Amino acid sequence: MKKIAVASGKGGTGKSTVSLLFALILSEDYRVKLIDCDVEEPNCHLFLEGPVKKQEPVKIFSPGFDLNKCTRCKKCEEVCEFNALVVTEKKILHFPELCHNCKGCLIVCPVGAVSDSYRVSGIVYDKSIDKKLSLRYAEQNIGEAKASPLIEAIKKDIQKDVQIVIYDSPPGAGCSMVETVNNADYVILIAEPTPFGLSDLKVTVEVLKKINVRTGLVINSSQKDNSILTDYASNIGLDILLNIPYSKEFAREYSRGIIVPDIFPGLKESVKELIKRL
Amino acid sequence: MNIASTSTGGSMSAQVAQSFGRCAYFIIADTDNIKDFEPIQNSAASAAGGAGPQAAKIINEKGAKILLTSKVGPNAEGALKEYGIKAVEGISGKVKDAIEEYVNK
Repeated sequence: MKKIAVASGKGGTGKSTVSLLFALILSEDYRVKLIDCDVEEPNCHLFLEGPVKKQEPVKIFSPGFDLNKCTRCKKCEEVCEFNALVVTEKKILHFPELCHNCKGCLIVCPVGAVSDSYRVSGIVYDKSIDKKLSLRYAEQNIGEAKASPLIEAIKKDIQKDVQIVIYDSPPGAGCSMVETVNNADYVILIAEPTPFGLSDLKVTVEVLKKINVRTGLVINSSQKDNSILTDYASNIGLDILLNIPYSKEFAREYSRGIIVPDIFPGLKESVKELIKRL
Repeated sequence: MNIASTSTGGSMSAQVAQSFGRCAYFIIADTDNIKDFEPIQNSAASAAGGAGPQAAKIINEKGAKILLTSKVGPNAEGALKEYGIKAVEGISGKVKDAIEEYVNK
């Protein structure tokens, strides 16, 4: 099973477009699972039709407290790296939006006053598009401050016969992106040849360097002169995998929720060749 | 009774800091004798998260019952309430003036 993540620092550079193009093209030859890891704003499902199956709700740890058992020793408060607990004489305050669900409080409590409770962070859906292509996406509950636990859950339990998994990452270079590329064999970075595109690409490259995962660049809305990106890429030894030109025709179809890989001449062949190298 | 003010520096002549959780200093003063004050560095300022509740813990340990600041975030608000600390928001200017004005009103 080959796991490819599609990421970019900047939003709106074409992550979902490239993920969908790759999923549609590669599912001609392989069994492909596309996972939309942007659980806060999923959109891949808008482009692919098929029956949807709702999975079990994703539960994340959220501590409960037995105030009668609690001796107010404050060990839970001290261990909490994110200051999500405030212990007072009267009660224990828990801030769910600060909590990183690490269970540290549960582990350190010497009197068993912390309970292993859960709350639902979102729902995962599986959509089967055709025999060789299926999509997974999730909807995070309103008010959940962090996407990472749901992204971790959505990547689990992939059918054994899937040959290529594509993770479509949320924008940015923070926790959500890091969770998405975790365990990926390769990260495809998407950037447009603009100063903003370059700036956010640089940030993402720096983060991925620390993760030590193989990366390459796809230039989207490619221009005659892409030197703003190609100069940077050659300086740091970043592979340029593909150039996808701007196409009004593609954009028109996209705006209607349709992805047409054939609009780009030679793209199918290039992607099929490329995947062998990744 | 102790009163706390967020502060940009470690003296009474510093400004009331705008942020509560991530201000540089707290000035803790005795309302009966405000010349008797203690500047403390806010160790919560560099917290990865939850600076608000952490800052509330710090001033609670110093026995503060009143907090003068510009604005308190929602998490800090919950923690301050639990500690029984009254937050007075919308304060700006010199720390000394703010505390004097509150004490003398």
